[in-house]
Amino acid sequence: MKITKVAAAASMVLVLAMAGCSSSPTSPSTTSTSSGAANAPLTITVLPKNLGNPYFDTSMKGFTAAAPEIGATVTQVGPTSASANGQVTYIQTATQQKVSAIDISSNDPTAMCNALNAAMAAGIKVVTFDSDAPTCRDLFINQASADGIAKVLVQMISDEIGGSGEIAILSAAANATNQNTWIDLMKTDLAASYPNITLDEVAYGNDDDQMSFDQTSALLQKYPNLKGIIAPTTVGIAAAARYLSTSSAKGQVQLTGLGTPNDMRSYVQDGTCKEFALWNPQDLGYLAAYATQALVNGTITGAQGDTFTAGSLGSFTVGADKTVLLGDPYKFDASNIANFNF
Amino acid sequence: MSASDTTRSYLDYGHSALRRWMLTREMAIVALLVLVVIVSCFTVPYYADKMTIYYLCQNMLPNLMIALPMALVMIAADIDVSVGSMVGLSCSLLGLLYAAGVPFVLAMLIALAVGAVGGFLNGWLVTRINLPALAVTIGTMAMFRGIAVGMLGTRTITNFPASWTAVAQWEIGSTGIPVTMLVFVALLVAFIALLHFTSFGRGVFAIGLNKQAAAFAGVNVRRTRLILFTLTGVVSALSGVYWTLLYSTARGDVGSGLELQVIAAVVLGGVSVFGGRGAIHGVVAGVLLIGALTSALQLTGVTAEVINIITGVLLIGSVLVAAFTPWLRDKRPHTATEKGGTQP
Repeated sequence: MKITKVAAAASMVLVLAMAGCSSSPTSPSTTSTSSGAANAPLTITVLPKNLGNPYFDTSMKGFTAAAPEIGATVTQVGPTSASANGQVTYIQTATQQKVSAIDISSNDPTAMCNALNAAMAAGIKVVTFDSDAPTCRDLFINQASADGIAKVLVQMISDEIGGSGEIAILSAAANATNQNTWIDLMKTDLAASYPNITLDEVAYGNDDDQMSFDQTSALLQKYPNLKGIIAPTTVGIAAAARYLSTSSAKGQVQLTGLGTPNDMRSYVQDGTCKEFALWNPQDLGYLAAYATQALVNGTITGAQGDTFTAGSLGSFTVGADKTVLLGDPYKFDASNIANFNF
Repeated sequence: MSASDTTRSYLDYGHSALRRWMLTREMAIVALLVLVVIVSCFTVPYYADKMTIYYLCQNMLPNLMIALPMALVMIAADIDVSVGSMVGLSCSLLGLLYAAGVPFVLAMLIALAVGAVGGFLNGWLVTRINLPALAVTIGTMAMFRGIAVGMLGTRTITNFPASWTAVAQWEIGSTGIPVTMLVFVALLVAFIALLHFTSFGRGVFAIGLNKQAAAFAGVNVRRTRLILFTLTGVVSALSGVYWTLLYSTARGDVGSGLELQVIAAVVLGGVSVFGGRGAIHGVVAGVLLIGALTSALQLTGVTAEVINIITGVLLIGSVLVAAFTPWLRDKRPHTATEKGGTQP
């Protein structure tokens, strides 16, 4: 029958087109990969959780600042929303492009492992920063120890509410690796050292401004005796501050957490938020870039005790579990916030 | 029609089969797909690599599978926007059951059964209670997602049996085509047969054109629509199982936004949003076109926002072309009637 013949012919053309092109010897891919690895230029693909996130825009500034110093080409790619499978396609793309290294803030501890393992099998160094994928990377650049963050956050809220009362936590996504670690440690710390503070609820704003804003309003409605909110996410704390600053709870309900000085400046000045903490994401990106270079050129292998120099940040040592720690969290308040711009 | 017209067959009045088959919206999308692949092979660095096929198949498989029953649902002038949530529900359920000690094969079968029940629920509400499909499936979209995220909470279940998760990574020989594509090929054959070669399939088109007319012509409208929704539920759950194997992770937020990607691809592939027309080869080409274009754009370093814009423009463009085709056809001389000599 004529139709089936045509159908067969059409499908053959399609298969041949794809198969033919997969083995095409004149393609650019084969020519550019034949060069030796020794003198290959250092190319780093930076893959944040999502694009358009001020936090990762700031960490990217660190990568960009380090790039000329280490002679690297740094490219930032990523999904528009923070989803695990969204990052996977970008890992695959970077693997095909045969970059030197992928620096990723992982949206899920395991979901992209197949893709990351494929990248490492292709000789690409995988460095996680900000949020880890512990089983499938060469090195993790830790912004602050989870213990240090949890302790600082709990201590700040306790100081602000006078050591007793109801509090709530406004987190990012329910599956966010780092947020959940901090929350668990905060719960442990609260139970052990702050018997008069009750944690009412952990709410999830999905690192979405509007949703975090709505969750803040819901928390205040649900718990009339609420005295404090801890938002260990930059999007969450800014949205919560925006809600509190125009509500009657301003000054009554204390707010602290992890925020950026630029987001929080006006709320610190108007008294909505007395103090909050963070590391410097720009330093984090800067350190990650230097660590990546050290890993690619063989200065470090990720073994505990390896040392390298990260430009203006000084010398760093690789700790247990192939982890490099940036330092202690930094507290921002009305007295010092003017010194920072990120 | 004149009574003396017995010497010429019906075909003399129409275009040749080849011409009728080639000059369709579906074939235009197939041609565009071939064009995109060929142009990308020669202009996009690293595109001409079997890894492109491998990743394309691996990433687009859920979209390809769900697009098949979705095409039938949309040809019958219904819609199902709960598919993405069903993927998430089946993924979380599989994870929870396995973590609770249920044998993995049984857990997969239960996930598929829940897909059938969810799809049946959609179909039942639409056909028995006579609610609009869009309203019903927006409701179940929120409901399935709520159950999926609620069941798992903050947990992420990993450690699925490696013997099963490895299957999602296998390729057929060294062709670059994942073994899991065989599941899609089986579904493809089944859906082509169902839609284009059975009276059930002709009933689907009839329902999409006019439900009353279809009912008077002997099509069991309710049963047909109910079956289509149930099939969509099962195939969505199957995609959820595949997703779990592919990423070795169960999360409640898996498949978020998948429904719109699938519907966009189905519409791009020539299925009318008003129902009554469409073909499976166009739908498959629609999914692959979006996938091939996206991977080409990603390899050239185009950012995600721009890719979304380009996909959107492509979709609007294809709908525009479809809207103007009848108008163009009216402007052209009717060769078919001239060939016959007399007006039929």
